[in-house]
Amino acid sequence: MFDRRDLLKGAGLAAMAATLNSTKALALDTVTLPFANGERPLVKYPQKRPMIGLTSRPPQLETPFAVFNDGPITPNNAFFVRYHLSDLPYNLDPDKFTLEVKGKVDKPLKLSLKDIRKMKATEIVAVNQCSGNSRGLFEPRVAGGQLANGAMGNARWRGVPLKAVLEMAGVQSGAQQVTFNGMDGPASDKTPDFVKALDLDHATDGEVMLAYGMNGEDLPFLNGFPLRLIVPGYYGTYWVKHLSEITVVDNVFDGFWMKSAYRIPDTPNNAIEPGTTPKATIPINRFTIRSFITSVPDGAKLKAGRTTLRGIAFDGGKGIKEVQVSTDGGKTWTSARLGKDLGKYSFREWKLAVKLAAGSYDLKVRATGNGGETQPDTPRWNPAGYLRNVVENVRVSVA
Amino acid sequence: MQRTVLLAISLALGAGIGAVTAAPVNYQLPNEVAAFKPGPNLEIVQGNCSACHSADYINTQPPMKDKKAFWQAEVTKMIKVYGAPIDDADVGKIVDYLAATY
Repeated sequence: MFDRRDLLKGAGLAAMAATLNSTKALALDTVTLPFANGERPLVKYPQKRPMIGLTSRPPQLETPFAVFNDGPITPNNAFFVRYHLSDLPYNLDPDKFTLEVKGKVDKPLKLSLKDIRKMKATEIVAVNQCSGNSRGLFEPRVAGGQLANGAMGNARWRGVPLKAVLEMAGVQSGAQQVTFNGMDGPASDKTPDFVKALDLDHATDGEVMLAYGMNGEDLPFLNGFPLRLIVPGYYGTYWVKHLSEITVVDNVFDGFWMKSAYRIPDTPNNAIEPGTTPKATIPINRFTIRSFITSVPDGAKLKAGRTTLRGIAFDGGKGIKEVQVSTDGGKTWTSARLGKDLGKYSFREWKLAVKLAAGSYDLKVRATGNGGETQPDTPRWNPAGYLRNVVENVRVSVA
Repeated sequence: MQRTVLLAISLALGAGIGAVTAAPVNYQLPNEVAAFKPGPNLEIVQGNCSACHSADYINTQPPMKDKKAFWQAEVTKMIKVYGAPIDDADVGKIVDYLAATY
């Protein structure tokens, strides 16, 4: 579907500059996601290759699933985009950009991008996944962004540990949480601004990061240029883009996007009976464990004989211990060979050679994490359409 | 040879830093193409909903069994949660349009 040269071009800053000011709306084609009302345009945005267009204002773009078969790192120009509020900082000036650190700190800070780039850099490979990834596959259906499985991606992030910045500012005793605000805001001042919070222990764990680099380049504008929060293992809602304001607070932050939105049922599996309402909820947090076949799309026709199945697996940070594949709808399972370990927060590639005679097959893949958790055979349900991690099924016919 | 390499590197660095030290980003979105489907009270819907988001926010919602209850809940959410300044008199008209059209 995609031109490989596009990938190479995407790496070139000249190409980036050339495409940055393009206003042409290119209605390239449409794709149909595997649920009712799943037809979407393929759209071309500056700094992005053709992506599945969910909404245009604010922009929301899903990664075409075939991209995940190209390797464990998702290219910047194919990385998904999700915003809540439509007033984006389209004209931000990186020279004038400042990150403010304030609240319960001894020394409030105003850091320029240069200040941050001068600090000791760290890198981590980590998956970012939208909380609503796969929401369109929920049954019964629920309101919200109707995504298939492409609102996820894996990148090598470069930046500084949040811990180092908070140490510079000097967190005062009694501090409980740290809040994060980006430069994007609502169209109406009556709409709650998008602000997220992490517990202080989490914010200072040394892994949570302020990133300016993504796969060896600056962050693409739509992925949070010039600075975003990286919260390894946690859903994308916490990965605040265009990050400009960090506030240390001495309470549990009760802004709308923490207190009312992005909540999951407070039950053992964070699931409830489909169609019901949870009694109590907690903020969404770590990813559930997932795995996918990427080499064969659902409904594919294969030639009889040997074929190598490939795919990816990831979890909320324990790392992948095992990936098993079934070619008989889940009756028997075979362990796949795992690819290179890029870190416990990364996609882990897997592959398995199988021999298929003529007929119809239900291919399934199931990951197990280092903590022993695995994927359920039946989907869990919650009213916001979060945490999907059922064992996925790919039907193929072999002739 | 080495100088050429160095020059190439410094040019590349210059271009790289250009993203940081040059002019404002001036990111431009493609034109908005999604439109509301024709239906009753279309102008009221366009006038209210389009202030904050594009029509595809509505177009892409799933086909629900109880359309009226679904869209009533969505419109109520827009008003109560997101502060949409919708006149009381328009609420029913917007819900009717959404339930009849999507």
